[in-house]
Amino acid sequence: MAVSASSKVMNNVETVRETLYEAMKNDDRTVILGEDVGDRGNVFLITKDFVKEFGPERVIDTPIAEASIVGIAVGMAMEGLRPIAEIQFADFIYPAFNQIVGEAAKTRYRSNGEYTCPLVIRTPYGGGVRGALSHSVSIEALFYHVPGLKIVAPAFPADVKGLLNAAIDDPDPVLFLEHKKTYRLIKGEVPGGHYTIPLGKADVKKAGTQLTVVSYGLYVHWALEAANQLETEGISVEVVDLRSIRPMDRGTILQSVRKTRKLLIVHEDNKFGGVGAEISAMVAEEALFDLDAPIRRHCAPDVPAMGYALPLEEEYMSSPGEMAEAMREMVRF
Amino acid sequence: MATTITMPQLGETVTEGTVERWLKKPGDAIDKYEAFVEVSTDKVNSEVPSPVTGTIREFLIGEGTTVATGTPIAIIDEVAAADPTAPPSSRAAMAQSANAEPVPGFNIPQIQVKPAAASAPAPASTNGHSAAKPEPVHVGTPEQALRGVSPAVRRLAREHQIDVGAIRGTGANGRVTAEDVLAASRAAPARPASGTSTYGEPVPGTLIPLAGARRIIAERMVESKHAAPHAWSMVEADVTNAWKWRAREKDDFERETGYKLTLLPFFIRAVVESLGAFPLMNARFAAPSGSSGQAGIYVEKDVNIGIAIGLATNLVVPVVKHADKLSIKGIAIASGELIDRARKNKLSADDLQGGTFTVNNNGANGSYASAPIINAGQAGIVTMEAIVKKPIVTEEDAIAIRHMMNVCLSLDHRVVDGYVASRFLADLKRRLEAMGPAGAL
Repeated sequence: MAVSASSKVMNNVETVRETLYEAMKNDDRTVILGEDVGDRGNVFLITKDFVKEFGPERVIDTPIAEASIVGIAVGMAMEGLRPIAEIQFADFIYPAFNQIVGEAAKTRYRSNGEYTCPLVIRTPYGGGVRGALSHSVSIEALFYHVPGLKIVAPAFPADVKGLLNAAIDDPDPVLFLEHKKTYRLIKGEVPGGHYTIPLGKADVKKAGTQLTVVSYGLYVHWALEAANQLETEGISVEVVDLRSIRPMDRGTILQSVRKTRKLLIVHEDNKFGGVGAEISAMVAEEALFDLDAPIRRHCAPDVPAMGYALPLEEEYMSSPGEMAEAMREMVRF
Repeated sequence: MATTITMPQLGETVTEGTVERWLKKPGDAIDKYEAFVEVSTDKVNSEVPSPVTGTIREFLIGEGTTVATGTPIAIIDEVAAADPTAPPSSRAAMAQSANAEPVPGFNIPQIQVKPAAASAPAPASTNGHSAAKPEPVHVGTPEQALRGVSPAVRRLAREHQIDVGAIRGTGANGRVTAEDVLAASRAAPARPASGTSTYGEPVPGTLIPLAGARRIIAERMVESKHAAPHAWSMVEADVTNAWKWRAREKDDFERETGYKLTLLPFFIRAVVESLGAFPLMNARFAAPSGSSGQAGIYVEKDVNIGIAIGLATNLVVPVVKHADKLSIKGIAIASGELIDRARKNKLSADDLQGGTFTVNNNGANGSYASAPIINAGQAGIVTMEAIVKKPIVTEEDAIAIRHMMNVCLSLDHRVVDGYVASRFLADLKRRLEAMGPAGAL
């Protein structure tokens, strides 16, 4: 992406904040609602002082009631507002499952196009931050099965801005996943001005020839770290950042796999039925005769949650070192 | 683990078989591939090998009994799963006493591995546990199973006509990787035409170093002549009518396309039609390769005709792809383009790949008969020899002057025998003689 003159270096949390701020300024229909988004300014200070500038009617503190947050937001969206609902932690999204899957995702279909649901649901997800059971989950696999719902999980600040803008502009519901470990860890150049990145477009973050690695979120950074390490060993790995989980950019994945002939999928979510399962099935269907090695998924073990104890958390999470080893094995195969 | 053996289908049209003789008895140990029963059908008598190593638990039908293919006939306990104390199952007893009527709803595919309890009701043993002790089937690790040939390697090897078994693998445990196939393809004689002259002006008393296309031709010829036992045959065909047909069309054709119309495309068309009638001639001998490569006769899907073109110091064999889909005119244009490119040294690697049968217009320089060497990986090669006006005795016992041409065939005797080859040649002769003098190209 070309870096414009007004670009600046920001971390992911600053980028979310600035993008939301611009959305609030540019469109009176934009409403933010969620737990602690008002006076507290969100637990990560993303909406700090928003309520002072835009007032409590547009920056709404809600009770601890996720079903209500999304349910109210669905109503707002259907009636012409542009709500951005926040689930404070993805771990708490389950009470809103019906509102997301049963209502938001189906509004356009059930009303035969009379109503749409231009709703963004933002939520921090992911582990590696000593968040234990209730502040570490990945929820994408629970939702990516659902047609009518778009799911975005950017890794880089520039993508966060472009995709959040696209999500806000989108006429249908978008689940916007923000990996909380990347919030302040990841900094990057963010172009100035309003721009969007199309939902459903992956991005080759590093070109390579011997292996395709597909990932999203925090693990894109670790995969890049591993791939750059392997570069010094003479191994060439291509890293595809999915960015959008649904719609999924099949073309970019297939193009890369057809070139490298090997596919490694890394994600933080559990392996069984995870996003990697869909990617491997798709590649097996479309590109079997381009594959020179079994597809491999490097994912979290199938345990109910990430433990608080550091060894348990480390066991659950991967690392650049583990990823590099998996990549070496694939390339050697 | 018990394996139910069903009546095999000994021939495509065979629907039933008779147990002629059991070669073993219950309780006998049996090795995989060891014959255990002699089965007769109206077409063939055959000993049937066991698909597993183990112990014969029971025979489900008696000698002399005829059952439909697919009907269970025996149960073999795979190694270590045998329980010799287990009495014959009630189903077996019933089957034997009833002289083995096929059990309705039990027409399962030929060989099915299922737990003993499913194939025969397991008798309850005294301690109340099932007598059957299912054993895990050892099929090797996924890595071992996949070490052979990945889908990409399989596809690339086919596309580049590379024998995977002949490549040194650089992957884990010596696995042949896709990159290995591509490297072998780059090293292989895919593009002899791209080389410059293979030798310069010959000087008596000097050694011309073996290099480039010359070396590749030398290696391939030795390889073919060494691996494929060549047999040879020749027929003489009356091509007078085809000759007249060509004479009538050649000026128009050349004006229209810019290519000269020779008899070659007529000949290729006849060859293609004969290959259609004798698909075994459009095949190749597949040597065992890799850990999963099976030996056999691979019958080609496409009909791609290589045309041997002699250049001053070199030989190239560009390929008319899907020649069976082309008319004589289509073949004439395709071969015209290839010959043109060959003379200009502009053949692409793709032009030279995928041939399934070769035609050599050897008669252009007057040869009357020749014994060509097969292009490795094909079943045969035919030559068109010189077309000579000869006096012949016609059906009506008159003497006529006709355009006669010898057609010589070399064939890989591993793939076909003289019986097929001679019928192929006779068919080709018939088609050549039926061509023209009128008709549309």
